[in-house]
Amino acid sequence: MKEIFQAIVTANKEIAPGAFLLSFSRNFSFTAGQVIGITLSKSEEPRLYSIASGVNQDEVWILYTVKSEGLLTPQLARVKAGDDIFVTKPFGRFICEEERAVWIATGTGIAPFASMFYSGQFHNKTLIQGNRTKDGLYFYEDFKKQMPENYIPCCSREPADGCFAGRVTQYLETIGTPDPNIPYYLCGSAEMVVDVRDLLIEKGVPFNNIMAEIFF
Amino acid sequence: MQIKQQKEALFGKTLPQLEEIVKALGMPRFTATQIADWMYKKEITSIDEMSNISKAHRNLLAEKFDPGISDAVKVQTSIDGTKKYLYRSLAGKFIEAAYIPERNRNTLCVSSQVGCKMGCLFCMTGKQGFQGQLSAGEIVNQIRSLPERNELTNIVYMGMGEPFDNLEGVMQSLEVLTAEWGFGMSPRRITVSTIGIIPAMKVFLEQSKCHLAVSLHSPFEDERRKLMPIENVYSLPEVLKTIREFSMGKQRRISFEYIVFKGLNHSPKHVKEMARILNGIRCRINLLYFHPIPDTPLEAPDEEIIREFKNALESKGLTTTIRKSRGQDIYAACGMLSTKELQKKEKPN
Repeated sequence: MKEIFQAIVTANKEIAPGAFLLSFSRNFSFTAGQVIGITLSKSEEPRLYSIASGVNQDEVWILYTVKSEGLLTPQLARVKAGDDIFVTKPFGRFICEEERAVWIATGTGIAPFASMFYSGQFHNKTLIQGNRTKDGLYFYEDFKKQMPENYIPCCSREPADGCFAGRVTQYLETIGTPDPNIPYYLCGSAEMVVDVRDLLIEKGVPFNNIMAEIFF
Repeated sequence: MQIKQQKEALFGKTLPQLEEIVKALGMPRFTATQIADWMYKKEITSIDEMSNISKAHRNLLAEKFDPGISDAVKVQTSIDGTKKYLYRSLAGKFIEAAYIPERNRNTLCVSSQVGCKMGCLFCMTGKQGFQGQLSAGEIVNQIRSLPERNELTNIVYMGMGEPFDNLEGVMQSLEVLTAEWGFGMSPRRITVSTIGIIPAMKVFLEQSKCHLAVSLHSPFEDERRKLMPIENVYSLPEVLKTIREFSMGKQRRISFEYIVFKGLNHSPKHVKEMARILNGIRCRINLLYFHPIPDTPLEAPDEEIIREFKNALESKGLTTTIRKSRGQDIYAACGMLSTKELQKKEKPN
């Protein structure tokens, strides 16, 4: 098991039905895009989550949805400000260092890109965010405000103002030939990652320009 | 179609779990050993066949439990003798097991999950996405219900799914397969393959005596992460560090699986880097031919490429074997058959 440290929860807010943003104080540095292990008990193996906050924020944000049969999230949803949790040091290499890139996420897969966004790395980036419903387009207002031209929210199950009506793959079908010379970063379910990657490859993006982070 | 599983399955339970069950049902403790004996050593298909357990207790068990044993719903036989069995999981999904007969050994490649979450670029199972975990019983059933089970010599967990993303089911299935009260197989006949989920791999290394295989496919982190997204979370140097820290003993084997992709991962710099990163690890490298899957940008190597790569690795002192391609005519690469069944099910027209 990785070394774990105590952290104090500062907030645990339900930001959409079944979706929470957990905040806790931090005493470590990290790189946007990294993951962290979280557990409520030192004897339990930490579960991994991407950090959603920026590298200069005082608190660490973790975005999660409650899975009824999950090992951690049902309990995590009951955590309150002032409670202790246990976390690992951040690790992982889903890190975007390029000047130009396209970020594609669905659901809570937005977390690493939110971290990059709140770290100020959004210039020259395009963000394509998908979800079934608009309330699951987490951080929508901030993205819309800061990336007005380069933020494409996609909503597949309900009509939503300002959103493309359909899945991210359907959006990508409409855009013609994507730039094959820039990197594409994908984060979301295995289905989304595989479908989007296949589509980009079909449209001429070399596979070595596609980086993916998966949930497990 | 969802298969209604009203009752819990008995098959796949460990002896301590069976002891808990019989205790809860008010039966003597030794009944657990009798149940294990019937399920794992004799080939019963119903609880009623457990004839040394009283009729009343059999009825009680049957009220609460199903045996949980099911035959394959489909089999395909290759011209080379490889057979691919399609099983239906308790949740009504499809899983595969491939039986590979060879001159000196007969191997069954079993699945540990329905679909997979890992999204490897070269894998057909990944195209199904993740559909669910298999229970220990569903994993062991692939062996128990194999028509050739009496000829079976080796089991490899290299079918659908990432075994260490289903640690509980996999560890329990290994216990059933290797325990004296279970199938009594030698752990040296079983290999579990992983892409390198480190925390689960540590548990396996500590608690099991079975062999370990690690999917490597490139010695370079930046190249590997484009083939295998897991590299972004659990990097190859960390995986190798974990293996180095663990004392494997003389009997236990580590192998590295390496699919060769034409023009990508078989250059002299790959050979040199393989020798560097595997230095000091007593291991074997298994080279596999890539079998192209739909929409893949990766290409299959020809025989000469793979033979030259093997020779180059061996010249660096790395024990290397080339795995023969088997069952190509029946989509024996993992995930091919079940994906076809899934597509048929989802698109009946």
